[in-house]
Amino acid sequence: MTAAEFEPGQVQRVLARHRPRRGEPIFRGLVVLASLTVLLVIAGLILVIASQSIEGIRHNGVAFLWGTTWDPVHSIFGALPFIYGTLLTSFTALVLAMLIGVGVALFLVEMAPPWLAGPLGFMTEMLAAIPSVVYGLWGIFVLAPWLRDFVEMPLHDTLGWLPFFSGNPIGIGNFAAVVVLTIMILPTVAAVSRDVIRAVPLAQREAALALGATRWETIRIGVLPYARSGILGAGILGLARGVGETMAVTMVIGNAPTISLSFFSQGYTMASVIANEFTEATTDLYRSSLIEIGLLLLVVTLLINAAARLLVWRASYSAGSRSLLA
Amino acid sequence: MSTGGTAGGGTLAGTTGPGAPLRVVGRNMGRRHATDRVMRVLLGLAAVLAVIPLLLVVVFVLAQGLPALNLALLTHSPEPAGFPGGGVAPAVVGTLIMVGLGTLLGTPIAVLAGIYIREYAGGRGATLIRFLVDVLAGIPTIAIGLFAYGLVVVPMGSFSALAGGVALAVIIIPIVARVTDEMLGLVPGSVREAAYALGIPPWKTIVRVVLPAAATGIVTGILLGVARIAGETAPLIFTALGNDRVSTSLSDPMDALPLRIWVYATGPYDSWHQQAWAASLVLVLMVLLFSILTRLVLRRRLAARA
Amino acid sequence: MTLMTDQTANPAAAAPVPVPGARAIEVADRADVSVEHAAVAVEIEHLDAFHGSHRVLRDITLTVQPNSVTAIIGPSGCGKSTLIRCLNRMHEVTPGARAQGRILLDGQDIYAPGVNPVVIRQRIGMVFQRPNPFPTMSIYDNVVAGLKLAGVRDRALLDEVAERSLRRAALWDEVRDKLHAPGGALSGGQQQRLCIARAIAVEPDVILMDEPASALDPISTLRIEELIDALRASYTIVIVTHNMQQAARVSDRTAFLTVGDDRAGYLVEEGPTPQMFTNPRRQLTEDYISGRFG
Repeated sequence: MTAAEFEPGQVQRVLARHRPRRGEPIFRGLVVLASLTVLLVIAGLILVIASQSIEGIRHNGVAFLWGTTWDPVHSIFGALPFIYGTLLTSFTALVLAMLIGVGVALFLVEMAPPWLAGPLGFMTEMLAAIPSVVYGLWGIFVLAPWLRDFVEMPLHDTLGWLPFFSGNPIGIGNFAAVVVLTIMILPTVAAVSRDVIRAVPLAQREAALALGATRWETIRIGVLPYARSGILGAGILGLARGVGETMAVTMVIGNAPTISLSFFSQGYTMASVIANEFTEATTDLYRSSLIEIGLLLLVVTLLINAAARLLVWRASYSAGSRSLLA
Repeated sequence: MSTGGTAGGGTLAGTTGPGAPLRVVGRNMGRRHATDRVMRVLLGLAAVLAVIPLLLVVVFVLAQGLPALNLALLTHSPEPAGFPGGGVAPAVVGTLIMVGLGTLLGTPIAVLAGIYIREYAGGRGATLIRFLVDVLAGIPTIAIGLFAYGLVVVPMGSFSALAGGVALAVIIIPIVARVTDEMLGLVPGSVREAAYALGIPPWKTIVRVVLPAAATGIVTGILLGVARIAGETAPLIFTALGNDRVSTSLSDPMDALPLRIWVYATGPYDSWHQQAWAASLVLVLMVLLFSILTRLVLRRRLAARA
Repeated sequence: MTLMTDQTANPAAAAPVPVPGARAIEVADRADVSVEHAAVAVEIEHLDAFHGSHRVLRDITLTVQPNSVTAIIGPSGCGKSTLIRCLNRMHEVTPGARAQGRILLDGQDIYAPGVNPVVIRQRIGMVFQRPNPFPTMSIYDNVVAGLKLAGVRDRALLDEVAERSLRRAALWDEVRDKLHAPGGALSGGQQQRLCIARAIAVEPDVILMDEPASALDPISTLRIEELIDALRASYTIVIVTHNMQQAARVSDRTAFLTVGDDRAGYLVEEGPTPQMFTNPRRQLTEDYISGRFG
């Protein structure tokens, strides 16, 4: 008989000897500490990079922002060629990536049958999984020669009188950088747009369809207006990614601090000058000036990201946590 | 559109039959359907365009990398510049060590922060920390490299694997923290209630009941982060620096696959280029395998909620 | 401590007892259930409950008798669930929720300052509307979760408690051969009995049941009702139900709540179940019971 051993209150007495004591405050302390670490890392990033660039800031002054000469030998540091190169490549790539990315997102959500939407969405996501340096390698040996022979040469021959297509097309240069950047921004734009478009209430589409609208009209009237701010946010997130992208661009842009309108010209970006020259920086001032570019890059991307998050927040956090995969 | 309207109006004026208005709509319909078709084709084209680069990259990495891939590549150290033979063993070892170090340093912080966001912080606190995690995720990896340089390399006086590991840890934190947050959110509240009602304190409920239920998803997220940091180059350039010899010391410079690919790809020798392709193949295979597996698991989990 | 000597001196008793036949099970089960348990009364005094600024319950005063089943009935939205969630301080787990007033468990105010809600919840068990076994745990681990997670590692004690609780929850015969199978693999009705076993494993003084059968089929419902009937000898039970037949079948006393003009629930009346269902004192109660509203 089990019952014979049973004594009322026995279990409660055993439990009383195991009353919780310090576990809760310790664990709570740990998780709070971890969250504070995230805050500290961000603050530390800004502080460390800022303090390392003080020497450069002192020497270069505000003219750093618009100086066009980058001459480490004579300690003349002007960052404009890098700022220009970053803006030129990022914005051009952004326009292309938005056209394709929003198109893919609309295709996936509004048109593609499930058997196609699944694998297709998966493949767009996988674009983000390929390491940047591999895109760079591919860019040097496959993309750049191909662009030179089949895109740049014909453009040069026909439209060479335009400033955008002047100069000698060699493959490596702004154009290749734009193409590689487009590929790398694309998954971000596509994934976030897809989440935002998916979050548009079905009723909006049905309202348009009930009026006899075609598929495209439904998208134009019922979907795009509601997804507008979210898609804009997707674009800004993509921009932040493009501005900060380093390796692939460094490998195909040619790394020449020139300011040219031509897509065939070689260029330089903020991220790539740091990557390329940092370990060769022979003086403290040179290194500090490079870190100053890094500080500028950090501030710019922080602002862009904050703006994008504020725009996308509602649409993407609740509706599509899938964007965390991008 | 307006020209279509006037053309239709002209037709209407010329006809008096009862079927006229319908014909107007019909005419417009033709134009509208044409627009619809064009836009559908364009959207489909965008989808095709988006997929092509992935296929091209994978195809070329396979085609160029496979012939150059052999055991010696993975087990030999590099020969002096320009000499044939040699391999990328220091990079393989270095990537394993630094990715491991970054994961060990970053993951506990990330999981705990994810727990704080989902289980402890109230609405506003959770929003704030989530925002910070997203901000951290958006910081360019090269800036994170500069941070690790100033934080570790400058005080230590030399480039080191430790600095590389710290940089990679900072990169993995937001990835794992977000996944942890999401995966904990998938554990039904009724499970937590059941534990509270038994007199189990919240922290023990989380550690013993909620975390195990979310474990598959969180581990998957960690693997996703591992795949991501394994491919990072920029944050290692001025932290780990690179090394031609196999090194296991955390206080010395260390090589990594992405670093080696960069050096070889931009170098002048054909043998380097071949090894860069082969090393890329190793890296891509590893990263794609991890990514595909983890994404499949995560997708299923997230889809199960919806 | 006789308890300790019992445990160490008699390890054989702790192992699952082989039962030599159906009849013996009967005996063992009855013996188990009929053990005198010092169940205690719960006195609710002027309880108010809030969700943010909204008052959910207004001035509830009600005494739950020991060793009896008290049913709480009322239209939806009257705060039935909130009321029993106040009894084990689960109400305050919801963000923005709070309660004020006094609830005396065995004479002690569970809302007094310094009282640890964790301890209160060990003494007042709860069974929820939907079965919620712990997803990653086996049947065995589910039953003894309250002990194991509190840090009890005494294997013999755990084995004994697991068997005893499963017997009392009338689940032992169905799961004795698969104690280490996952709890989620059981049927809905079995899962709910598993949750009851889990609740009684910590030997609470009071068991709260929040519509425990509303998610179950009629046969499983019947089994749960039989189980409640068997448990009343040892425990003080409070059950919330929207099903008046169920209240009439299982309870000794019934409390009727309704919603006031201020959208807060209040107690209309409480009394012995037969009287409440045949001859209630208040017109509101009669209207509700006869189906004229709610």
